[in-house]
Amino acid sequence: MKHVLVCKVENKPGVLNRISSLFRRRLYNIDSLTVSPTENPAVSRMTIVVDATRTDARIVERNLYKLVNTIEVKDVTDLPAVKRDLALIKVHTNPDTRSEVLNLVDIFRGKVVDVAPSSVIIELTGEVKKIDSFIEVLKEFGIAELVRTGLVAMERGRSDKEVPAVAAAQQVNI
Amino acid sequence: MQQTGAEILWECLLREGVDVVFGYPGGAILPAYDTMTQYDIRHVLVRHEQGATHAADGYARATGKAGVVVATSGPGATNLVTGLANAMMDSIPLIAITGQVAKGVIGSDAFQETDVTGVTLPVTKHNYIVTDVRELASTIREAFHIARTGRPGPVLVDIPKDVQLDRTGFHYPDDPIELPGYRPRTIVPKADFERAIELINGAQRPVVLAGHGIIMSGAVAELRGLVEKADIPVALTLLGIGGLPASHRLCAGMMGMHGEAAVNHAIQEADLLIALGMRFDDRVTGNLKTYAPGAHKIHIDIDPSELNKNVKVDVGIIGDVREVLRELLPHVEKADRSLWLARIDTWLAATRERDILHHDPQGKLWTAHVIVDLWKATAGNAIIVSDVGQHQMWEAQYYRHEEPRSLITSGGLGTMGFALPAAIGAKIGRPDAEVWVIAGDGGFQMTLGELGTVVQEKLPLRIAIINNGFLGMVRQWQEFFYERRYSATPLVNPDFCKLAEAYGIAAFRVDRREDVIPAALRAREVNGPALLNFVVESADSVYPMVPSGADLADMIRRPSQPKAQEVHE
Repeated sequence: MKHVLVCKVENKPGVLNRISSLFRRRLYNIDSLTVSPTENPAVSRMTIVVDATRTDARIVERNLYKLVNTIEVKDVTDLPAVKRDLALIKVHTNPDTRSEVLNLVDIFRGKVVDVAPSSVIIELTGEVKKIDSFIEVLKEFGIAELVRTGLVAMERGRSDKEVPAVAAAQQVNI
Repeated sequence: MQQTGAEILWECLLREGVDVVFGYPGGAILPAYDTMTQYDIRHVLVRHEQGATHAADGYARATGKAGVVVATSGPGATNLVTGLANAMMDSIPLIAITGQVAKGVIGSDAFQETDVTGVTLPVTKHNYIVTDVRELASTIREAFHIARTGRPGPVLVDIPKDVQLDRTGFHYPDDPIELPGYRPRTIVPKADFERAIELINGAQRPVVLAGHGIIMSGAVAELRGLVEKADIPVALTLLGIGGLPASHRLCAGMMGMHGEAAVNHAIQEADLLIALGMRFDDRVTGNLKTYAPGAHKIHIDIDPSELNKNVKVDVGIIGDVREVLRELLPHVEKADRSLWLARIDTWLAATRERDILHHDPQGKLWTAHVIVDLWKATAGNAIIVSDVGQHQMWEAQYYRHEEPRSLITSGGLGTMGFALPAAIGAKIGRPDAEVWVIAGDGGFQMTLGELGTVVQEKLPLRIAIINNGFLGMVRQWQEFFYERRYSATPLVNPDFCKLAEAYGIAAFRVDRREDVIPAALRAREVNGPALLNFVVESADSVYPMVPSGADLADMIRRPSQPKAQEVHE
């Protein structure tokens, strides 16, 4: 089972190294890891997808907390959250196949961002599964190049009254 | 007034209450050494930087204060790694200050440049490189804060040479330290707390598992309060020894691979384990699948990542074990568990009969005899600093420790060579205490250069070498599990007495049981350090032994010997 951890860390040199070193040292499997700035310049945000069939995600979470530069960790796997992946896919095309490819782009609500005589680059954003299946259908045309950002996630907004039980329990993990 | 980084470093250490550092100078740390003499701080010059980390570690274990190490860049800093890893595993508060090449040449493979923060990342609780002298004071302060609080550990601060020479105004902040990602604190959800009390009050066959956390958090009185009120027997981890006096009626002894057989049986038969400041290391649990199968488990520890790591527990309480015990105690009911205690006593009587050496002392010297006699000669009052291996286990079994911080030993990492330098730190931290090193002939030779430090610092250490001409514990594993193929375990040793004499250290060779106590008593009278070379039998094994990964109750027991003699008599 994949677990999605949203991790806020201090924006300081070497912090990514500390996080990745922790995963290496304890043999935790990372499926994807993204890092980016946030609304606060002192804080960076990581979305880490771990394979929790081999590692208890709670143990990963607690070990992340042990790092001095880790401010907050939240396992959003079972929380209402927006989860997105972005892919750029360069597909081989020729006059015979181009319209069929463009048709698929429409169905998947992708965007063509570059057109060349024998290929197009498609940008697609969405849930991981959607991108997986899009890649699957493009395979018959021949994929020249593929890049994905890895998952990013954000918890959905909620009214002030409801505090999900899971989130309350997680606050203990300092 | 403007001060240099080097001056600021020492000013900070003084404000953190440091009066001794263990170190070794070199190019990149020279500015710091140059100004050191102006400050009221004792510097202990070791013979190898590993010795400095162990000395600071021993100092910290003996006093409860943070130990401080100073080393230069490159090889000086890489030599710290073993000692840092050792302190990390056993949660010892340590500050390592390392020089680094000047900022301008970092990354250019300059002379004696090593990526020290990179190298030490996994073996420190946290580390820093200071690239701006204006951040030096706050960094040192944070380093001490992190090393001492929560689950303690080593923190390294790497200071480039030019930062030691740069000048800035010195101001030591005194406001509370706020680190956004570091907030160790005790949070006990009420439900967990109530469940713990319910389990304790309802247990028929409870056992307390007391670890290093009891000693580090100063919870000795609280532990005693709990177990006396609720009449619960206590099993100790290696590092928990001294957490309850060995002579206490509820102290059952050490648990685990070489623990008392009776204690391991009690754990397997228990209906409740109360784990206090310990981490269910594989050396104390044996096979996790069959560990204490009938027991509910309560785990109280300051490190959240330890809960449910190895053993799944019914109640996990995150917090300082002393604070948590203080909260628990009023709710724990007074109880009489004499039936359960009597059962453990029966096992104890039977296993002591069998496990305590039944060797004939005539003409031969056995390590267990040496340890028991040293216990007698020191009236059980010494601080013992043991090394790693067979002698360490025999020490834990046969030297009866009554006080916390009276046994200093490398637990989690099992670092051979720890004892001699750690004893230097312990003696400096507790100058009035009688400090003994007990080391095997293998481990002693890993750091024997520190004899020079002992002499230079005029430290009256008592050094007992358990000399069996073998790497004994490895030999034992080869005997039990590798069909007696003694691959690379026999040692050809120097004459340890002559070696000691070369350093001007008084030395005695002992190879008969009847000479152990007189020699120990003579060594205690020496004005200065003394070394005792105990030449013991090599064909000897530590019993009982839970083979690695076996069930805790599945112990290899000492084959019975024809001539029985009770060692403790």
